[in-house]
Amino acid sequence: MYPAKFDYYRAASVQEAIQLLQDHEDAKLLAGGHSLIPAMKLRLAQPPAIIDIGRIAELKGVSHDNGSIKIGALTVHADVAASNVLKSNCPLLAEAASNVGDRQVRHKGTIGGNIAHADPASDMPAAILALGGTIHLIGPSGSRQVAAADFFIDLLATDLHEDELLTAIEVPAQSGKTGSCYLKFEHPASGYAVCGAAAVVTLNDDGACAGASLCFNGVTATPHNASAVTDALVGQALDDAAIDKAVDANLSISDPMGDMHASGPYRIELAKTFAKRALKLARDRA
Amino acid sequence: MGKAIGQAIKRKEDPRLITGQAKYLDDIQLPGMVHAAVLRSPYAHAKINSIDTSEAESLPGVVGVFTGKDFADLNPLPCAWQAGGVNNNANTPRTLEIDKVTFTGAGVAVVVAESRYIAEDALALIHVDYEVLPVVVDAKKATEPGAPQLHENAPNNICMEWSCGDEAATDQALADADVVIKQSLRNQRLIPTPMEPRGAIGVFSPVAEDYTVYMTSQAPHVMRLLMTAFVFGIPENKLRCISPQVGGGFGAKIFLYPEYCMVAAVSKKLGGLPVKWMETRRENYIATTHGRDHVTEFEVAAKNDGTITGLKVETYANLGGTLSTIAGGIPTTLYGRLLSGVYKFPNIYCKVYGTYTNTGMVDAYRGAGRPEASYLVERAIDLVAQKLNMDPAEVRRVNYIPPEAFPYAPASNILNGLKYDSGEYEGALNKALELVDYKNLRQEQAAAREAGRLMGIGFSSYVEICGVAPSAWIGLNGEGWGAGLWESANVRVHLTGQVVVTTGSQSHGQGHETTMAQIAADLLGMDVADVRVEHSDTLGTPFGYGTYGSRSAAVGGVAIHNSVQKIIEKAKKIGAHMLEAAPEDVTFEDGKVFVKGSPDKAKTIQEVALAAAVAYDLPEGTEPFLDDTTYYDPPNCTYPFGTHVCIVEVDKDTGHVAIKRYLAVDDVGKKINPLIVDGQIHGGVVQGLAQGLWEGAVYDDNGQLVSGSLMDYALPKAHFLPMIETDSTETPSPVNPLGIKGAGEAGTIASAQAVVNAVVDALAPYGITHLDMPLTSQKVWEAIHSSGNGRE
Amino acid sequence: MAEITVTVNGKSYTRDVEPRMLLVHFIRDVLGLTGTNIGCETSVCGACTILMDGQAIKSCTQLAVQADGSSLTTIEGLASNGDLHPVQEGFWEKHGLQCGYCTPGMIMASVDLLQSNANPTEDEIRHGLEGNLCRCTGYHNIVKAVQYAAEKMQGGN
Repeated sequence: MYPAKFDYYRAASVQEAIQLLQDHEDAKLLAGGHSLIPAMKLRLAQPPAIIDIGRIAELKGVSHDNGSIKIGALTVHADVAASNVLKSNCPLLAEAASNVGDRQVRHKGTIGGNIAHADPASDMPAAILALGGTIHLIGPSGSRQVAAADFFIDLLATDLHEDELLTAIEVPAQSGKTGSCYLKFEHPASGYAVCGAAAVVTLNDDGACAGASLCFNGVTATPHNASAVTDALVGQALDDAAIDKAVDANLSISDPMGDMHASGPYRIELAKTFAKRALKLARDRA
Repeated sequence: MGKAIGQAIKRKEDPRLITGQAKYLDDIQLPGMVHAAVLRSPYAHAKINSIDTSEAESLPGVVGVFTGKDFADLNPLPCAWQAGGVNNNANTPRTLEIDKVTFTGAGVAVVVAESRYIAEDALALIHVDYEVLPVVVDAKKATEPGAPQLHENAPNNICMEWSCGDEAATDQALADADVVIKQSLRNQRLIPTPMEPRGAIGVFSPVAEDYTVYMTSQAPHVMRLLMTAFVFGIPENKLRCISPQVGGGFGAKIFLYPEYCMVAAVSKKLGGLPVKWMETRRENYIATTHGRDHVTEFEVAAKNDGTITGLKVETYANLGGTLSTIAGGIPTTLYGRLLSGVYKFPNIYCKVYGTYTNTGMVDAYRGAGRPEASYLVERAIDLVAQKLNMDPAEVRRVNYIPPEAFPYAPASNILNGLKYDSGEYEGALNKALELVDYKNLRQEQAAAREAGRLMGIGFSSYVEICGVAPSAWIGLNGEGWGAGLWESANVRVHLTGQVVVTTGSQSHGQGHETTMAQIAADLLGMDVADVRVEHSDTLGTPFGYGTYGSRSAAVGGVAIHNSVQKIIEKAKKIGAHMLEAAPEDVTFEDGKVFVKGSPDKAKTIQEVALAAAVAYDLPEGTEPFLDDTTYYDPPNCTYPFGTHVCIVEVDKDTGHVAIKRYLAVDDVGKKINPLIVDGQIHGGVVQGLAQGLWEGAVYDDNGQLVSGSLMDYALPKAHFLPMIETDSTETPSPVNPLGIKGAGEAGTIASAQAVVNAVVDALAPYGITHLDMPLTSQKVWEAIHSSGNGRE
Repeated sequence: MAEITVTVNGKSYTRDVEPRMLLVHFIRDVLGLTGTNIGCETSVCGACTILMDGQAIKSCTQLAVQADGSSLTTIEGLASNGDLHPVQEGFWEKHGLQCGYCTPGMIMASVDLLQSNANPTEDEIRHGLEGNLCRCTGYHNIVKAVQYAAEKMQGGN
């Protein structure tokens, strides 16, 4: 409940934040603080320096441009969940954000902090992966973009370098006859996802599946993309039986996480159930 | 009775609580106060070779660092309920441990600093040389050959062996029965989790050479007794204990803890600086007592018509690494003696082993022994019903103690002539069946099964021992409680007509300031607003045993009643004098003294109080003031009862259990304030449901508490629950003049088995007869899918 | 040390704080507003809930320095001119509290909930309070308290 001492710096701009990161070895960036501060209270994290990026205005907000939606890293979950741009053009992200933590947490926790922390049980990573999102990063040698599929490397580990800042998440605007769904089986204590399923389904005019994606939080150390399931759905008429069959035949997760709350095999079974439910809801919403 | 008892009035204590003005322990700031942080053992079992505090001492802002050796002159904490032959093997905690630790979280050193932040910094600078020893965490495994031994004086880690009932007769009943069902079960360890953790502030006065300790206690008077007489070896008048606003307890705040002694002793070392220690939630989970944790095997014998003829129980009760204050009494007196439940079981035998393990201390948690007993009995009933293919409601019905059998002495022998006072158990069942429309409900269940959905209906009929307790019963040799359990009350009617009631019990959420005022106001014919209830400070309140065991109303409330009665007698005498009438000619009604038949010419209680206080014209030989103190020792406990019904639906794909409906029909005797009684029932029910479905403390094989935070230990949240339907029957207790039975623990004693029975009922198509709590989604899913017909 | 200025319950305070000081400790120990309670260190229990710039947050999961320049409302600032806020009134009327420890946080979260949803269903109330734990009431009367407040705030009785 009592963090260790640290030096505190407040960055007024992205450039200043990058400079501060270079100046202070092992410094940690502080955005909403909802991943870092709990760890500091238990002294599991004791960074020598904190760089507060929470006031950098250019990192906040949702913009829609030319079929692409960009969410500033400092946009809080509540704003992602309430964004009309997202609700109209990418409802999956808004739905996933509305599942994060609780209303108080959503008022302070940021999408960038969430993604950078890469908790496998968090709600956002699978949604961003399912949308084929891109992560925008900036460092001393300039900015770069990483596909969500490449960004999540391992448990709590990402492609974000120590001298870099995550500036935005970019996702394509939904087009055509598309529906999506984020469903989770929450842990009764923490509220985190024991299994979270993010599904996107696009239908042809004749009702057959034109494309789909399905990703999971909570089941594996990084968000799992069940592409074999969705590949099998393309071209199919999406009745319940077809979805059930595609999931049962093609969902294969070899490296599930397991702990005292939920074993690996149980998580896989949850993934099957939630895959079916999420795909069907996404289909219904298309 | 007057107009206040029975009224659902709003609580008097709430205005300060809803505006943030209440002062909990951590809200108290004293001049010059310093802050303590406790270094706790990271090992579950270890010898302490040495502790080096020098680096911590040199940190700027640190005021002092102390280890167990600094308090070697203080005795270990006492074990106040040495049931089952605990005597020379009662191993209790010290203010700080000196030589060894037997559970993770035991305190080994304390830092005192100008701020808690600095104190926490300094903890990391203390170096302890531990010799790590092997660990055992399971109550039964601890007794097996080769298990690590925790205490030299407790071979095989057995702290106590206790039994009740008739073993030979029970064995005979088992041999003679039509059916015998054997079942093993665990009643898992729970973490009480009052929302306010524990804390204490110690202040030593070098001038008066006495101590004041503020503490989050449910029983400040008992704390004073235990600290002075047993730990510090000083007279009682050298310590004042104050419980400020206390944020829930559920039993965990009954006990004497090392930190309460520590803050006092450290303040003395520091020349009287006030020393505050406030527990973090992490500390609360590892260092405050837990509840339950039984490993049990039982056999139940029945006739083919469902009549139960015998119950034989063997329980290993986990007591933790050291003994908490009343640890011995919980799995014995408050458990074994309740194993008859609401039923006329003719033969009962219960054997209990209380064992030491490398886990946190286990002591009373809401219900304390009685939920464990009630759970076992109600599971046994359902097992019999399932075996005989009978309706579980009917099996209950045929086994109930009938109304004409009261007072009833159960075969579990509640000792010393004590008998269940009164009950109409079938009435509560019938009311519950009617309210849930049982017949339709079973049809609904059949239709749901037909449609592939798993709906379950679970019952729980319960009785609890409340209003603890007659001193002669609880203090009887052999049960090991070293004291009485009467309760006190002082009532004063001041000359302005305002009443002050002081009670020896303690309110930490129960609403005593309202209900006790209602009792006094009702009898005195006054407004509740004119009665002020004071409690929780050993200075200014009479000795009392505190609040637990659903005793504050049924024992403490009766003490108020009796004091008021004595005041009324005196008021009649003075009133008669004022009316120039003979004392035997006057009556007291509705707050007034008047000559019988002439209510128009009356003296109000306020007028009498003024006359009594100014005292210049009193009847000869009458002392001034309306003031009386009662020490009420109840002649019997009270026995609330009821039937609860829980309806669940299980998601067979995930194992998730949804509580669709919960109905509680309780008989708590006469209700002082139905609003508060219902609140107690709601909260109690949810704590039991939480045991049934979500909560469970888990230690790993190294004795680390892996469910060590609210991120891991699943306290129920609002969206897990439906509204709790409540109804009641009212059978006034014949034990006391108010007819009160008690309500604080009823919900918890009833509800865990109601939801477990419902889930097992839902899973009956899979041939499942029992699952151990908590019924997590994974556990239910695994049960379905390992049943052989889980896959369709 | 860092200097921060915050407005709490309408009053401005400028203080030097250690950067590591949590906002809840600043409110309680520096400003002496002890109505906001602490019930855990894992951002689960919600006892420390306050409003920051009008929105409910957990003040144990913010550093005081992060609050620089913001406007806070704590339980002490909820009643106006001695009149209880309808949510406070609801908790009293419906016996929505027992020990009272979770109550300030529960009330502040409920105020926030009703700001965003003036007429919530029972289910919305229950989910809306998922960030606040109560160990005493079983939530039954808390739900009723919020329903009472919702009705009152919409002009009912």
